[in-house]
Amino acid sequence: MNALKQYIDLYDENRALIDQQSPALLNTLRASAREQLETARLPRKGSEDYEATDLEAVFAHDYGVNINRLPFDADPGETFHCDVPNMSTCLYYSSNDAFHSSATAERNIGQVVVAPFSMAAVDYPELMSAHYGRLARMSDPTVALNSLLVQDGLLIYVPDGVVAERPIQLVNIFNAALDIMVQRRLLIVVGKNASIKILACDHSQSADYHYLNNQVIEIVAMQGSTLDFYDMEESTPKTSRVSSIYVDQHEGSNVLIDGITLTNGFTRNNYNVEVNGEHAQTQLLGMTIASGEQHVDSHTFISHNAPRCNSNEMFKYVLNDQAVGAFAGKILVKPDCPRVEAYQGNRNLCGSPTAKMYTKPQLEIYTDDVMCSHGSAVGQLDEEAVFYMRTRGIGLDEARRLLMQAFVADVIDGVRLDVLKDRLHYLVEKRFAGTLSSCAGCLACK
Amino acid sequence: MLIIKDLQASIEDKQILKGVNLTVKPGEVHAIMGPNGSGKSTLSAVLTGNPAYTVTGGSVEFYGKDLLAMPPEDRAHEGLFLSFQYPVEIPGVSMVNFMRTALNEKRKYFGQEPLSAADFLKLMREKRSIVQLDNKLASRAVNEGFSGGEKKRNEIFQMAMLEPRLSILDETDSGLDIDALRIVASGVNTLKSKDNATIVITHYQRLLDYIKPDFVHVLYKGRIVMSAGPELALELEEKGYDWIKEQVDSQQ
Repeated sequence: MNALKQYIDLYDENRALIDQQSPALLNTLRASAREQLETARLPRKGSEDYEATDLEAVFAHDYGVNINRLPFDADPGETFHCDVPNMSTCLYYSSNDAFHSSATAERNIGQVVVAPFSMAAVDYPELMSAHYGRLARMSDPTVALNSLLVQDGLLIYVPDGVVAERPIQLVNIFNAALDIMVQRRLLIVVGKNASIKILACDHSQSADYHYLNNQVIEIVAMQGSTLDFYDMEESTPKTSRVSSIYVDQHEGSNVLIDGITLTNGFTRNNYNVEVNGEHAQTQLLGMTIASGEQHVDSHTFISHNAPRCNSNEMFKYVLNDQAVGAFAGKILVKPDCPRVEAYQGNRNLCGSPTAKMYTKPQLEIYTDDVMCSHGSAVGQLDEEAVFYMRTRGIGLDEARRLLMQAFVADVIDGVRLDVLKDRLHYLVEKRFAGTLSSCAGCLACK
Repeated sequence: MLIIKDLQASIEDKQILKGVNLTVKPGEVHAIMGPNGSGKSTLSAVLTGNPAYTVTGGSVEFYGKDLLAMPPEDRAHEGLFLSFQYPVEIPGVSMVNFMRTALNEKRKYFGQEPLSAADFLKLMREKRSIVQLDNKLASRAVNEGFSGGEKKRNEIFQMAMLEPRLSILDETDSGLDIDALRIVASGVNTLKSKDNATIVITHYQRLLDYIKPDFVHVLYKGRIVMSAGPELALELEEKGYDWIKEQVDSQQ
């Protein structure tokens, strides 16, 4: 069996149509993607880097693909029922894999450019052709599949020296009344000494349909730039997500990426960070709260290709019921990169005997004079602390909830966006109390 | 308020309590003394419902209710409090959050509305002063990075907040310098009333100079082998436990 075949066939049958509807730039990668997929197979559970995760099974489902770019429903901003009082973010919506027109109307806020590829290809042709597809690796069949079928995407571009005052919030919503796979694609370019904070939230409006988001995000952080990218998933048990983030960091850039999974079905997050300039700083954070049958697999790779950089990585998982978590983290320090500081941590709490955690920390160092460490731990709730709390009148469930919340508190405190930090503490509290509604994560819904 | 009858308990198949009998009435202060390993801390653990211990016999009645049938949190709601010998550090849970949750759980148990934030903070301020607990400590994580003295003061602070009917102080004097001991003891004395009672578990007479007991019991080999007035503590301080051990061992 080869789950990719149905999508390759679909492409072969609709090649002309896809090309015709897409910006020309997107068509330039299709041939190589098609070639890659000719021999590629999606990894099965147990294969290298997929010890706990079966991608073949995820893609094997019969998903619809919106080749014809039919519009769905009305304005997602309407159907999503978010009133927008005192918004401190600039809000954009994508519905399935289309960026809604109202979101694109006001596409330049200050000097920050937020534009769908269809417009960006016209307005910023050089920028787009310089960076689109440059970082993403086609050797990953999911990336090749995205490149093969993608018809639009979103460019967030912060020109040199621009410091964005307001964060950008991108709300991605699945709202199709059928099983559907989408190819979300994001290109983020932060110019020299520019700065921006971005929050992406993934939601599924219906719990009835199977959705698959096969997304690719390319991030370029130029010299001296600062980027915070918060990537939060709050979806449904029938939603799957395969996300690949590629980052290119130049000299003195400061990038924070924070992947948060509060609710989902199946998720595989790949993070590939190339630290290419001296004095660059990288923070890679992850927080997963999973229960029921949730499956969350994070795969991280930070490559230090330049001296005097530092990276700090911390992923925390809280797993209950039959949830499965996986973390693989690799830090590479290439030759001739002295004074690199790289720390990696993965701490996991299994709150039930049937929850499973797979973890694989890795360091590969080819330079002397570096400071690196990695650590990984899987544990249960501290029974002494639980008893201590119970003697104060805090019931067993409440004590467990407080301890689980405490466990992830430091990861939330690493968030450099105050509204989001407060919101996350609140959401996590609700998540552990089991009262998180599907739309609670949207900052707009205060 | 508390009637312990023939209480027997074990941990990992090792019998520790072999038939403890003790009755405590409102307004009383009882001191339980005894050599190491006699079962003093086990008694407090069993009374508060520590799941590591198994009750193998006997009964405990607390205000007419079967204490042993209640989960630890309900025992707390009913008014039982333990000041831990080794208070547990809980990183990530702030004292404020911890205390507010504890208080509101108790209110819920009695069908009351949760305390308002303003009322709660006012209460915190008030009770903190009883043991001179710094505001900074109250805003930190529970016991995390507290000194030994601060931890014990924090225990008495929690006691003040929860207003128990029966408090068990398990070696509250251990690890305290004289000043901290005075603060802790005066906190306990401030909280004392004719309606509540205290069980003080200690090795030394020292604490009993500050918290005056009405009764002193000696626990040895899992049984209370001697009970008397406060003068017994002084006698023990002077003569040690050997004479009691000999007396008990020769009887067996």
